[in-house]
Amino acid sequence: MASTGKASFSNPVVRWVDHRLPVFTMMNREYGQFPTPKNFNYFWNFGALAMFLLVTMILTGIFLAMHYTPHADYAFNSVERIMRDVNYGWLLRYIHMNGSHLFFAVVFIHIFRGLYYGSYKEPRELLWMLGVVILLLMMATAFMGYVLPWGQMSFWGATVITNLFSAIPLVGDNIVIWLWGGFSVDNPTLNRFFALHFLMPFVIVGVVILHIAALHIHGSNNPLGIDPKGPQDTLPFHPYYTIKDSVGLGVFLIIFAGFVFFAPNWLGHADNYIPADPLVTPAHIVPEWYFLPFYAILRAVPNTLGGVVLMFAAIAVLFVVPWLDTSKVRSCRFRPVYRQFLWLFVLTVVVLGFAGANPPDGIWVVISRIATFYYFLHFLVIMPVVGKLERPLPLPRSISEPVTKGGGPLPAGATAKPMEKS
Amino acid sequence: MADTTHEEKPEGEGETRRDFLYLATGAMAVVGAGSVMWPFISSMNPAADALAEAQIDVDLSQLSEGQAITVTWRGSPVFIRHRTPEEIEAAREVSLDDLPDPQTDEDRVLEPQWLVMVGICTHLGCVPLGQRSGDNRGAYGGWFCPCHGSHYDTSGRIRRGPAAANLEVPDYEFIDDTRIRIG
Repeated sequence: MASTGKASFSNPVVRWVDHRLPVFTMMNREYGQFPTPKNFNYFWNFGALAMFLLVTMILTGIFLAMHYTPHADYAFNSVERIMRDVNYGWLLRYIHMNGSHLFFAVVFIHIFRGLYYGSYKEPRELLWMLGVVILLLMMATAFMGYVLPWGQMSFWGATVITNLFSAIPLVGDNIVIWLWGGFSVDNPTLNRFFALHFLMPFVIVGVVILHIAALHIHGSNNPLGIDPKGPQDTLPFHPYYTIKDSVGLGVFLIIFAGFVFFAPNWLGHADNYIPADPLVTPAHIVPEWYFLPFYAILRAVPNTLGGVVLMFAAIAVLFVVPWLDTSKVRSCRFRPVYRQFLWLFVLTVVVLGFAGANPPDGIWVVISRIATFYYFLHFLVIMPVVGKLERPLPLPRSISEPVTKGGGPLPAGATAKPMEKS
Repeated sequence: MADTTHEEKPEGEGETRRDFLYLATGAMAVVGAGSVMWPFISSMNPAADALAEAQIDVDLSQLSEGQAITVTWRGSPVFIRHRTPEEIEAAREVSLDDLPDPQTDEDRVLEPQWLVMVGICTHLGCVPLGQRSGDNRGAYGGWFCPCHGSHYDTSGRIRRGPAAANLEVPDYEFIDDTRIRIG
């Protein structure tokens, strides 16, 4: 591991440590000199933003946990105490709360980036699948975190979602009682959700490390979807992409701060400021916006088990995307037909989101059924078929070619002295 | 792995004593891991104190005809309705062919005027409306679940909507004329 990219450090302490544990060498290799395609656009910023948010969520979460009481009788009041009495408690909580919304927004864009530029294709299939695992872990974490304030939406969201498992034949009811630790969502449920909500982010960190390790084997994809032909097509990660990511982070932080300071509850539900009441269901239960498309799929099916199966299938299908897409061309820039379908798919997900936000009556049932059908049609039929039939546009010969305009790439084996890192 | 044994054996010789030992050790390890996991899994099931709350007595004497009360049993609401003769008649007139989950009204009550059932929608666990006067009682005059639009009739049977089963009737008995024990 330490054999390649050995850098020499002038600081003797650094040298001493590095000789025994080459962390500095590794950081220099993976984040200093790491050869990165030089044609990234800002879509390539979102992985770094997701990483920033993961750290932010863990940090704010640990400090919130110092003040939170995971007990059905005290949870709601302890959150109110954080908001009113704890020094800067309101800030920590609003960062954590809005951070969860933006985390999903950032990750959804990150996933869209992968779909649009074909980042899931050979040799990055495992990288993509680890990403889907992270998405699943995030959903579980977000769901359990939402239960902790023990408001009406917390309680009834937990009730509805845990009840999904009762649809499993034969053992469903026993599984639900096991999940609850009782005969309804109650204190034991809250306790275990708190323990798991605390644990899961660290599991996510573990999978993120694998995700990044897999990324650094074959390097990043890029907007052209073709492999770098040599050093002339890449830049060292630092300072070029550390700076570019910092610019994006600055813009992102403006938006983040806008939510935290000016519209902290805009993305939430007012009903969650009513303490949980096991005897009264709110008139309209809606999950947080990032679950709405999946919630719409759940409700589109008239049968409970069918709905649950389709909802989980909607995520599971992402695992096999690398094999459903039969096209050899990665980037949608060169896929004029599939590109249209992909945008139609994005529209479908947005429509599902609206269907999930509305009561399941009348026209919304029809809309969510059509959109659910199209969601799966996209993956199971359009992806494989269009990949076979489509005639892609000619690919540039190298990443440099579209920039140098006809100058042509250097021969693949040529050493590019001008680009060598000093 | 380095070959630590020096016995020579021709390839594809079939089962050996060593294969058996591998399998037996592996099987033992699986059983061992499973039995160590069991306490962890089981600890998440309802604890003894939660099970101890599994029985309650309810006094029905204050409940006049047409009224309903909701009591808490095992953390869940239980609907008790003192049904009017019209409601009983409406429930008994329905043909079983019209029911998604066929069950006669007689099977769902001990005394016709007292309907006792768990007030949890069998779809995804919301509490249906219909206990308070002024609630939306759905198209069949019983209960209506606001979450996903399930309609229940005056016997608590599912009539329309995503739920597949009737509201559950818990085990209960009359301990005297006006008191019942649920659980």
